[in-house]
Amino acid sequence: MYSQGLINSDTQIEESQEFLDAFQARIDAEEKIEPNDVMPQAYKKMLVRQIAQHAHSEIVGMLPEGNWVTRAPSLRRKAALLAKVQDEGGHGLYLYSAAETLGVSREELTEQLVTGKAKFSSIFNYPTLSWADIGAIGWLVDGAAIMNQIPLCRCSYGPYARAMIRVCKEESFHQRQGYELMMSLAQGTEKQKQMAQDALNRWWWPSVMMFGPHDAESTHSDQSMRWKIKRFTNDDLRQKFINATVPQATFIDLKIPDKDLRWNDDKEGYDHGPIDWAEFWNVVKGNGPMARDRITARKKAWDEGEWVRDAAHAYAEKRRAEKIAAE
Amino acid sequence: MSSNLTQALLELADDNLILGHRLSEWCGHAPMLEEDLALPNMGLDLIGTARTLYSYAGTIESNNKSEDDLAFLRDEREFLNCLLVERPNVNFAHTVLKQLYFSTFMKLYWNEALNSKDEIIVGVAGKAKKEMSYHIRHSGEWVIRLGDGTTESNKKLLEAVDALHIYTNELFFDTPNNIYFIKKDILPSRKALKSKWEKEINSIFKMAFVPYPEFEGELSGGRLGLHGEELGHLLASMQSVHRAHPGAKW
Repeated sequence: MYSQGLINSDTQIEESQEFLDAFQARIDAEEKIEPNDVMPQAYKKMLVRQIAQHAHSEIVGMLPEGNWVTRAPSLRRKAALLAKVQDEGGHGLYLYSAAETLGVSREELTEQLVTGKAKFSSIFNYPTLSWADIGAIGWLVDGAAIMNQIPLCRCSYGPYARAMIRVCKEESFHQRQGYELMMSLAQGTEKQKQMAQDALNRWWWPSVMMFGPHDAESTHSDQSMRWKIKRFTNDDLRQKFINATVPQATFIDLKIPDKDLRWNDDKEGYDHGPIDWAEFWNVVKGNGPMARDRITARKKAWDEGEWVRDAAHAYAEKRRAEKIAAE
Repeated sequence: MSSNLTQALLELADDNLILGHRLSEWCGHAPMLEEDLALPNMGLDLIGTARTLYSYAGTIESNNKSEDDLAFLRDEREFLNCLLVERPNVNFAHTVLKQLYFSTFMKLYWNEALNSKDEIIVGVAGKAKKEMSYHIRHSGEWVIRLGDGTTESNKKLLEAVDALHIYTNELFFDTPNNIYFIKKDILPSRKALKSKWEKEINSIFKMAFVPYPEFEGELSGGRLGLHGEELGHLLASMQSVHRAHPGAKW
């Protein structure tokens, strides 16, 4: 709909070594880069790629949870889930706005999403098969997301960093809400407990994979760290997540589905079993069980909503013409 | 004459829950991101009102029932919502028009309910009236945009009026049970709100280039538990998990 006319993020300049060094010096001094600042094209490209993926993930992430909004088993849970999914949509809105400050419109990004060209977090290509999945997503998926996102509050790009402050506050609430949901199931009837364990079994490994490939195989990591978009490596964050989550599972008497999981005194963290990278790459490449359905659902909403958006544009255009005529 | 306040409260609560549920069905599927937020947000308001009313109904007249007992363990013949709120979403025009009809009515209703001798009803009315004001603003502005937007949007809005207006007369039906509480100044009369409602809808319709429907007749029965076929499917989905685990806590 609208993309800001920016003075400098769009400006093409010759990126001399002197320019790149000066930019790096600003980053190293922990200065925030703002939309009107001159920035290397590669920095901008990396940010657009990351912010867009993040925004798309929030939007696509509404679908697996929305799948249970109409079936939530109590009114309290129904209200909480609706509010949560609404928060995720709000995060998408924030993030698309952050991307707009880099000169890329929400429409462009949405087109990329509905034509299947854009990437989003592959976790959302798994199906939600029981009510307990809503708890598991809050606890594990949002829990993993927070590990990734809290450092982003200090990201070098100002609009992204500021958007992340609110996003993280809400995600942290979602994580606790999800855990509380799992706890109530784990303390419930035998069937509820089985449901909770089954959800943990299915969501654990995909959540562990959310941090991306091992550091050695992560293509964008080094430059992203130098530019302080990213502050910690994939493996560091994964380890933090596992260390935080295992005792939570133990506390509610659920079992993490990893026979190799054990505490390691030397590293003061848990060792875990091998990650199935073949599955990870298969899902990343778009072969997740729900991948096609997610895109189809977003495309359907977008296509079926076109006449509504057209009506809003036409109405605004008529009012604008009237105003001009009256002047 | 029956003096069953439970039934009267259930009529109100069921209207709010069922329409709130319909709005929640849009979650993730709306025409634009702003509406992905707005429609469920309005749904949350309605579900919130329903919860207060169910909780209240559950404590009176020896009911001893929870809000969830009332929402999840009654069958469609026991639901007392008006037919308008259970109508399927169909498309965005149906949804915003239904919302405009209902919120315009409920704002008038809650405004009168502020004078109730029942302090819980006064409390619900105070909160819900404010919510209805912004639901009217939201849905009214959309009705105007669709009516005065493109040829296609105008056509879709007119189709929605044709499909839904026939259900609006039921909004003004005071059941014999309600008349008892109207006389006791506990509940407002619905019937008394009709002319104001028509005036408000008409003023929005004028801006939307929608002729006010002149046809006679009505479709009703919801207050007697006589619903359309769609409600059973809504309840089947809404109640499925709760009913599959009798006695479980969530």
